[in-house]
Order: sequence, then structure tokens, then C-alpha cells
Amino acid sequence: MHNLTIAELVKGLQNKTFSSQELTQQTLDRIHAVDPTFNSFISVSDERALQQAKAADALLAKGDAPTLCGVPIAQKDIFCTNGTLTTCGSKMLHNFVPPYDATVVDNYNAAGAVMVGKTNMDEFAMGSSNETSFFGSVKNPWDTNCVPGGSSGGSAAAVAAQLVAGATATDTGGSIRQPAALCGITGLKPTYGRVSRWGMIAFASSLDQAGTMTRTAEDAAIMLQTMASYDSKDSTCVDHPIDDYRASLNNSIEGLTIGLPKEYFGEGLDPGTQARVEEAIKQFESMGAKVKEISLPHSSLSVPAYYVIAPAECSANLSRFDGVRYGHRCENPADLEDLYKRSRGEGFGDEVKRRILVGAYALSAGYYDAYYNKAQKVRRLIKQDFVDAFKDVDVIMGPTSPTPAFEFGSKSDDPIAMYLEDIYTIATNLAGLPGMSIPCGLVGDKPVGLQLIGNYFNEAKLLNVAHQFQQATHFHTLAPQFLKGDK
Amino acid sequence: MQWETVIGLEVHVQLATQTKIFSGASTVFGAEPNTQACAIDLAMPGTLPSPNAKAFEYAILFGLAIDAEIGERSVFERKNYFYPDLPKGYQTTQLDEPIVGAGIVDIALEDGTVKPIRIHHAHLEEDAGKSLHEDFIGMSGIDLNRAGTPLIEIVSEPDMRTKEEAVAFARKLHSIVTAIGIGDGDMSQGSMRFDVNISVRPKDQAEYGTRTETKNLNSFKFMERCIEQEVQRQIEVIEDGGTIRQETRLYNGDTHTARAMRSKEEANDYRYFPCPDLLPVHFTPEAIEALRATLPELPDARKTRFEENFGLSPYDATIIALDANTAAFFEVCAKQCDDAKLTANWLMGEMASQLNSNDLTIKDSPITAEQLAGLITRIKDGTISSKIAKKVFEAMWQGEGDADTVIEKQGLKQVSDTGALEKIVDDIIAANPAQVANFVNAEPEKRKKMLGFFVGQSMKASKGQANPQALNQILMTKLNQAANS
Repeated sequence: MHNLTIAELVKGLQNKTFSSQELTQQTLDRIHAVDPTFNSFISVSDERALQQAKAADALLAKGDAPTLCGVPIAQKDIFCTNGTLTTCGSKMLHNFVPPYDATVVDNYNAAGAVMVGKTNMDEFAMGSSNETSFFGSVKNPWDTNCVPGGSSGGSAAAVAAQLVAGATATDTGGSIRQPAALCGITGLKPTYGRVSRWGMIAFASSLDQAGTMTRTAEDAAIMLQTMASYDSKDSTCVDHPIDDYRASLNNSIEGLTIGLPKEYFGEGLDPGTQARVEEAIKQFESMGAKVKEISLPHSSLSVPAYYVIAPAECSANLSRFDGVRYGHRCENPADLEDLYKRSRGEGFGDEVKRRILVGAYALSAGYYDAYYNKAQKVRRLIKQDFVDAFKDVDVIMGPTSPTPAFEFGSKSDDPIAMYLEDIYTIATNLAGLPGMSIPCGLVGDKPVGLQLIGNYFNEAKLLNVAHQFQQATHFHTLAPQFLKGDK
Repeated sequence: MQWETVIGLEVHVQLATQTKIFSGASTVFGAEPNTQACAIDLAMPGTLPSPNAKAFEYAILFGLAIDAEIGERSVFERKNYFYPDLPKGYQTTQLDEPIVGAGIVDIALEDGTVKPIRIHHAHLEEDAGKSLHEDFIGMSGIDLNRAGTPLIEIVSEPDMRTKEEAVAFARKLHSIVTAIGIGDGDMSQGSMRFDVNISVRPKDQAEYGTRTETKNLNSFKFMERCIEQEVQRQIEVIEDGGTIRQETRLYNGDTHTARAMRSKEEANDYRYFPCPDLLPVHFTPEAIEALRATLPELPDARKTRFEENFGLSPYDATIIALDANTAAFFEVCAKQCDDAKLTANWLMGEMASQLNSNDLTIKDSPITAEQLAGLITRIKDGTISSKIAKKVFEAMWQGEGDADTVIEKQGLKQVSDTGALEKIVDDIIAANPAQVANFVNAEPEKRKKMLGFFVGQSMKASKGQANPQALNQILMTKLNQAANS
């Protein structure tokens, strides 16, 4: 059953082909058997999952079940789950059990989904390789010598390894799309404000957005339908009508105008990756789409602007982790300053510390204008680039990441090289636009991701375009080697 | 050398909202520690601020009351610093785009003139919690009940030149805040707190001297003492050849002393930046006008009305109109006893001195407006003299009942009965032949002065209850009879 999509699982459950308890038990058994290799889960909640499955079966029996009733999913360990450990991949929160659910968790609970566990991630979502997790890195199911991408590497790997059909994730600078690309699955980052951030542990508040990891665009549509909601508990959540995402999946893409930013095909792009992306564009052309070269002139500024704004916000967002009220506290603090210094010094990993320092520096007196203010101006220019581009095109396409999955340790000592992993994804977060990554083939034995960027709140268009591609191609059905013959 | 003092105030006012500025937790004072702090106030991971519309409305009402510009767009910023009673590690406040812009507050000086004090701006922010150092051995306790309570911080220009002006300004702000009902003004609970910026300069110098900021003043008395001491300290430092350090000082209300907390060099870099969890807040001109329509009568308008409708002098009207509760007390009492002047005298006299010496506000007065009106009515109808009334007031203050009860119980009713008074006067005349002889032999125009002795004796004999007018009348008649016989 593990190779079934969410759409198929929903059908099977509603047709009583299998029960949620059977499905959930199998899912849990499989996680316990397979995941030690990949380390994609930080915690697995057998008991909670089986309780939810039992409740789901009762609803299914009544014939009045909500959309995801009985479907096992995984939650990224950045979402607070009432009564269940929520670590954000950090030693700082290794013992933190929230007394509330994130709105995203609430929404899936209400839809009857079964949460089997919490997925591994870069510490506080800071990283592009999952190497910064306090709970050990996640292995890429396609090649365990390689990273799964990050920060949502656990969710991507869990879906790629078919441990779950769907998982939640978050994306601040590419943390959904890049691991989706590196793990060969479908990742969707909605428009900023489409999904509530309540209960989602903040990295950079103005950039963070929750989204989905699935194998297909259709499953992404199903997952987003539940995830998206207006929530007054998040002031930045936008009260915008929510489309029926499945309804438009089969619309024709005849006449679709695809914009190809010339800046996304320049130096630093792996030739194999470029070839797969160009083949995918040709596929769209063969399906009746028109291609237009466009320019996003401020693209080269997106990484520097991001690495001022995101650290600045995180430097304040992470101040609450002070050893006073919850989370890690050092042993026998001598005084208040010692409590702060050691609790934070011991609780945070290197990358988190690096970003806090960079952010505090960028905000400090005398540097604010040169860094933070300048970065905000650049951010507005980047946003304007996209606004201008979408006057002429329906969807922007390009590579998700410059290379396929890379080996552990190959970039972890070079922060700049690691930051450039997100060179094509970051601008979307700065602009607040929705973006997707879908599989478009392999380079050697590793998957490549095609990035799709849509206009504000036009997730339905992205899903439609992605679904049409997946109807015409088989790339999304490719699976890691270890799954061959594992039915 | 002649020195001039320059004073500017930063005033924190707790807004009287039911719930906190960014959470649904209650703001009621005095609850058990940490029982009014929800996940947001505790800065639990993943929690986000939900702005309380009432706090914005209250801030705007204040802006309208001082005729200030209201920012159509206001922005919250994060002020970063670590302290255990600041759960998020930053305070959400406003900096460049505050909700209330420049305005004016007029203060009445003792010489009867009016001085405008400019308000630089007023901004919204959240209060911190409290650190409790006393009750724990080797540890500190944190109470987060107050964390997230909405505040406006009102920042004046350095327009005050004396401690009296500073106090008058503070009192005026207090009166505005309570008049429009945005704060309870209860300073003993920290509902209004003052930071005072003080500098001195030679009388004819244009530039300001280096200023210090003294924080944590929560009474007008403290503020007055603090200014007095700080001005004295600064003058002494300069006259001894020293210079003033720009520093923050903390006032201790128990010892009435201030000490330096940190100098400018040691000052925190708060790394302000716009809070990404809160969007800029917009208020339309229509929404602002709708709020203006709800403004109650302000102290200045009330003062004019008290002059016009009750015939109070400008001085009396200023003092009584300043505080909303005093004004309400006055109106009830004056209407019931139909004597505004007597009501004003009693409020500013006996009532004020009792409240002051017991450190109470008029809200806590054990004597109600109706009861005071009852007392004044008995003065007016001659039942008691003004002198006896003070005694009755004292008893009423002690909770012995209303005026009539006290008068009845203590037998304080004024003796106006001519027969009884004549008997007293006859006895006094008979008992003091020498004084009567002096009176009789004096020049008629000097006799009036000599009457005092007999009035005093007779009043004493009546235990103070003789109706003074009636007594005077009878004494004059009887003594003149003696002189003419």
C-alpha cells in the first residue's frame, strides 16, 4: 500500500478496501523498519496515530468522513503538536512539549488525517542539507551518501521513501522546493499569507510559509485544500478566497505563457540539470504552451538580501529561547548572564549561532541602514521584477536548485556555497509568491526538480500546470533504487 | 549663577482594556502570579501576536484629546534586549511611525496663566512582566501577569522649567486619561509611571545642558522630590567644576534617592526593526472621526462649564474640573445641596486634606457626594455652624453615619432658641462683672472689638452649639442695655 498516492488512499479508505487502522499500522511498521536508514523522523507517535486511525475508521463507517479521513501523514517537527514533542531540530527544544496545536496541525486533525510522526529538519529550519539537525542528518533515499536537501529534508525523504504519501513542510528560502527537487518529489510553497503560521516555530517571520510534500500535484492539491485557511491568530494571514484546487487540475494548458528568466540559466547551473529543465520546457511547448524569455534583473541580489533579512528576523525570533521558561537550560547557572550564555551556547548549533550573529550585526546601530534597510529596498525591487514579469506570463519556470543532491560534508564547511543552493528559490520568498518543484528526470541516478513560480494566490494555476505535466510524463513515478521490487 | 531647569517627561499609561495588547489574557491587577499569562504572553514557540483593537482606539482617543495628528499608518517595531521578565527577548513597541503624532497640552500655572506643553508623540507598546527578588532565596521569581498589558508612552518636548510645571503637566495628563476613560490612573498600581528628563543651564544660555533620565516614578510627590534633588545635584556638580554624565537613573520610592543605572556609553543597542509578525495598522479618517464623536467632556471644557453654570472662580473651576472623579463628585453634591461655592470649599478644604493625609483618591472617600451634600444642607439651614460641621465631617469620615445621624447622636444641633441663648448670656454677664464694666466704660466704637470675649465665653458655655448670629444679636442687645442703664 505504501506506493499509493493520497488520492488513491482516500479512495481505498472510503471504499473500505482497507481500514485506516490497517493502513496506519502498516505505515508505522514500515517507518520502524525502513527509517533507521534515512533518519527522516525525529519522533514517531504510534499510540497517537492508532487512536486517530480508530477514530477515523469510526467516521468512515458512518459514511460522513472529512476529506483526509484516515490518511497517514507526517508533520515537520517545526509545527507545534499538542502533547507531542516538538523540537524544531534543535537541542534547545529537545524536551519541548507544546500545550497547543499549530493551525496547520489543527486543520489536518479536523480533516481526519492521522499523524504518524514528526519529521527531521535542519535546526530551526536553517540549512539546505539537513546537516544542521541536532537529531542527525537525513539520508537521501536515492543515495544515502547524499543530502536530502533542507530544511524540510525529513519530510522530503519520508515521502520519497514512501513512508508516507504526504507530509507538511515549511519554506523560508527554498526549504520545501529544494529538498523536493533533491528527493524527486512534488513540493509546494503557497503564497505568503495563504497558510497560517500560528504554532509554526518562527525562523524568519516575513518569509516563512508552510506547504506540502507529496509525490503528485494532485496530492499537493488535496493537501493544500486542508492546509490553507484564514486564521485571525496570524496577523499576516490573508483573508483571500480559497480556490477548489482539484477542480482546475485538468484544465488545458493550451496557450499558457511560460516565462524563462535568463538569470536562472547562467553560470553555476549544472549542465545535466539544465538539460532536464530544458527538456521539460519542450514538453510544455509540445502541450501547447508558449515560451518567453524574461528578465528578473535583480536576481543576483536575492541571496545577499535574504542573508540580511532572514538572519535579522531570526536574531529576534530566537531570543525567546533563553533557558528561562522552557527548553534547554544549562546546569547550575552562576547568575543571569551565565544562564543566558550557557543555555544558548549549549542549546543552539553553529549555523543557528552564525545567523543570530549576522542578524544582530545587521540590525545594530550604525549598520542598520547599510544592511537591513538596504536589503529591504532590494526586496522591494525583487518583488517589482516579478510583478512586471507576470504582466506578460502566466507561470515562470526554471531549475529548482543548481545541482542534484550533493554528498554529505561537501558544502557544510562553506556557508556561502551552501547558501547558493537556494539561489533560484529565495527570490520567491522575498516576493511572497507561490512556488513548486516537480520532478523532471534524472542526472545519473539522482532526480532533478523543475521550479514553477506562480502569481499571488494562484496556487490553482501552478497545480494545474504541474498536474498536466505529470499526466504527460512519468518522472514523478520514478522511485529510489531501494524501492525497486519493494511492493 | 542663576540656573534654569529644563524638564521633559515620558509618561507610561496602562490602557484599561479587558485583555492584553496582543493576547486574550486578562489585564486585571493583583491576580496570583502567572495566572493571567497565556501561551502568547509566555512567548511559547510558534505563538504570534493578535492585536487588540481596543488598545488602538484608546491610543487614538488620547491623540484626539490633545489635538494631535493621528498617524493613518502606524508600525510596530521590536526593541531587542534580554531580561527574564521580557519573555520574547524583545518588546513590541513603536518608533518611527507612532500612532499619535505631535500635540499640545495646556497647563494652568499658579499665577493664573496658561502654558502650552508640546507633546512630541505618543506610541503604543506592551508592558513587561515583573521580576520578584524578595521571596526567593538565591533565586528570582518571574510574574508575567503584567507582560503584554497595553501601554501608551507619551513623550513631551523639554518645555517645562520648574518642578511645579512638571507636576501640573503630569496631573493634567492624568486628568485627560481618566476623563476619556482609557486608563484608571491608579498610580499605586503602576497604571501611570513617569520618566523625567532633567538638565540645567545658565539662565541666559540657549543650548540645553546634558540631561539625565530618572525612571520609575509612580507618584506626583516622588516626581517633585526627584526633580528637586536632581536639579540640586546637577547644579552642585557643575558649580564644583564637574560635568554631568548623560545617564539613566533609577528612583527608589522607599529611600527617596536615585542612583545611576547606566551611562550613555553603556546604553543598550536595542536593534529596533519593524515587527514582521504585525502588519502596519491603518485607520481611515472616517474611523478616526467616529472615535472623536465618542470623546467625553475634557477637563478644559469642564472647567469653562463649571465657571459658567456653577459660578465657580477660574481657580476653583480649574482644580475641581481637573480630575474626572472629583468633578463628578462636585456635580452631584453641588446640585443636591444647591450651593456650588460651599461644595467647592469643602472639596478643596476638608475633603482634600483628609484624602491627602490618608493617601486616598476621591473614589476611595468614605463620604459620598450625597452625604457631603447632606452636611452642607445642614449648614445652610442653620442646623449646625460651619465650625460644628467640621466635627460632623470628621465623624462621617470615621464612618459614624450621615450628617443627620451624627448631629442627632452627638447632640450637635445648633442652639437658636432665644430663651436658651438669653439664659447663657445672662449667666456670662453675671459671672464677669469686671469685663462688663470695661465694656460699659469703653468708647462705643471700641465696644465691637470687646464683644469677642463674651462671644467666646458664651459659645464655650453652649459647647459650641450656639447659633453665632443669634448669639451675637442677643449679646449686643444685653450689653448695650447694661451700658445704657
